[in-house]
Amino acid sequence: MIWKAVKQIVRTGICTEAAPDIGDAAQAEVARIQAELLGILGQALSIREVDAGSCNGCELEINALGNPYYNLEGLGIRFVASPRHADLLLVTGPVSRNMETALKRTYDATPEPKLVVAVGDCGCDGGIFGESYASCGRVANVIPVDEVVPGCPPPPLAILRGILKAVRRRIAESANAHK
Amino acid sequence: MQIPGLELEFDALPAPVPIWHAQVTPQHWQSAATAVHAAGGRLLALWAGSSIDPSGTDTSLAPVPACMCAAYVVLEGAFWLSLPLLKKEGRWVYPDLSAVFLSATRMQRAAADLSGVQAQGAQDVRPWLNHGAWPVDHYPLQQHPDGLAVVAPTELQNYPFVHVDGDGVHEIAVGPVHAGVIEPGHFRFSVVGEKVLRLEQRLGYTHKGIEQRMTQLPAMEAHRLAGRVSGDSTVAYAWAYCMALESATHTVIPPRAAWLRALMLERERVANHLGDLGALGNDAAFAFGLAQFSRLRENWLRGSQAVFGHRLMMDCVRPGGVSVDPDRAQSNLLIDQCDSLEKEVHTLFDIYESHAGLQDRFVTTGRVLPELASRLGLTGLAGRASSQTWDLRCDHPFVPYSDLPVAMATHHNGDVAARVAVRFDEVFESLRLIRRMLGDLPAGDIVCPVVLTQQAARGAGWVEGWRGEVFVALELAGANLANRIERCHLHDPSWQNWPVLEHAIMGNIVADFPLINKSFNLSYSGQDL
Repeated sequence: MIWKAVKQIVRTGICTEAAPDIGDAAQAEVARIQAELLGILGQALSIREVDAGSCNGCELEINALGNPYYNLEGLGIRFVASPRHADLLLVTGPVSRNMETALKRTYDATPEPKLVVAVGDCGCDGGIFGESYASCGRVANVIPVDEVVPGCPPPPLAILRGILKAVRRRIAESANAHK
Repeated sequence: MQIPGLELEFDALPAPVPIWHAQVTPQHWQSAATAVHAAGGRLLALWAGSSIDPSGTDTSLAPVPACMCAAYVVLEGAFWLSLPLLKKEGRWVYPDLSAVFLSATRMQRAAADLSGVQAQGAQDVRPWLNHGAWPVDHYPLQQHPDGLAVVAPTELQNYPFVHVDGDGVHEIAVGPVHAGVIEPGHFRFSVVGEKVLRLEQRLGYTHKGIEQRMTQLPAMEAHRLAGRVSGDSTVAYAWAYCMALESATHTVIPPRAAWLRALMLERERVANHLGDLGALGNDAAFAFGLAQFSRLRENWLRGSQAVFGHRLMMDCVRPGGVSVDPDRAQSNLLIDQCDSLEKEVHTLFDIYESHAGLQDRFVTTGRVLPELASRLGLTGLAGRASSQTWDLRCDHPFVPYSDLPVAMATHHNGDVAARVAVRFDEVFESLRLIRRMLGDLPAGDIVCPVVLTQQAARGAGWVEGWRGEVFVALELAGANLANRIERCHLHDPSWQNWPVLEHAIMGNIVADFPLINKSFNLSYSGQDL
């Protein structure tokens, strides 16, 4: 059995580098973003994902970040199980009123300095669901947001770019503060 | 048309699948449930409806719940019953169905929260979707869509979970924010040591007012919202909504449009099954499976992006047809994708099958025996893995399935392994169907005009999504009220299957819950609405 698996692994090769299927331009961008993230952070980035009411479309694309093409773990970025271990909250959905308290508590439980990236059209502006008796609308209506990633849902690369932008901005800000 | 064993005439709704409708009395309401149950039928959906009268001219967008609706499935097709509500002691009431169909319980609780209708005689009347976000005497689906009041949220309610007492019994509370990248919900386990005695779910966290929002959208644009009820089933929902709209407007879509919808539906099925097969391997500590299947899923989604312009094919199904028409080169790309994927999945199937450690985790875990599945109304993919042999594509094949017979995938073990096996079988079957569809795709238009009717109208859509059957019941006002959506109920198969998961975990160890949960992979958003 194990030989079959090994054979399949060898045959598959390393998609992250080879990636024959995506086309050169997109692949170069993945590599550049990956290098930049490592350069900026110099350490692992821990992300706590919070679905605050999404349709689960954004979750599908966030999960795709873990596939061999985007290889999030290979960059030292990982999803952690608790906000107490997280540097960054990745929040999706229009924030449902039923999730408002849970989202605030998750935010409060995340140690400073913390970053928040709102993913998807709903997270950016409430999307098609808007604000209602059941929906608080965009994530920024409930907790402070550093970066938004529009799209319905945004493709994995856009989400990765949003994470990078939030981290980069924070680092620039703290550099200015120390001047 | 009649339900077997019930003297009541139903009118056919114009839809590609057999669906009938009738107004009923409280007596018929209950005898219909008993008759369906006796005939081996199932409860498909239950919701509080609106007041349209297709024969009359007017209906105001009335702020009272007009009727309670139930949809049943028997061998002949689906039956939609509307029961005018009775007012009793100042409350709108209807007879309880949960005594006949257990799966009615949560749907009745949701209807009480949203429309203020009470099931008389029901055992469990705890709130379901309202966690305190809106006052208990405010009913979101009874508000006029043009004059929605600002609702002040109330205090979060303390939910009365059922407690299990006994020596060494303790509780594990999980959620709503889960450890993985998944949707929010709360699970309360009562355990002894590692063994789960009881699980109680509390859902509704992603309730974002979809059904009220529906009444604010023009009928010709609401398919976009329908396609966002559960993102993983966007094609199924958009199709079910469009089918309902086309049914209400007596529209027959061009054959090529129907074939392309089915092509996207099967691609959605494959995409989700690939994701699940990888995640199931991972939850059984076989990370190789996740790496391989997530790679295949990514390739597949890129194919959708290249041909349909969207990785999940959102908004590609539209009223009257579809919005994308693949050319020859794109068709060839999709066929090539099927060929290469099939080869890879065969390799992975062999590896999964012969991996003793993996099979040890899969086999007999999270078992739902056919008898229990039937009693609880387990449906869709999970149902088929427990011998519940229903698949709309086979039972009532509409275009294009009428030309492409589907081999139903079933299993009788009802464990995680069975749900894995059904997924593998369905991937191979869908690949076969996709190739046939692309080969035999009829020429012609991909969309036709949808003309809204003068009179108020009712329509229904019913589609076998990857998780199970998606059902949409649509009631449109007449031209005098700008053909507004009076009521649109969107039903996810997760309503039926979530309660069964509570049974599937019993007697298993806590550590197997993620695996069992994943093997069902139910939608939170789809049932929370």
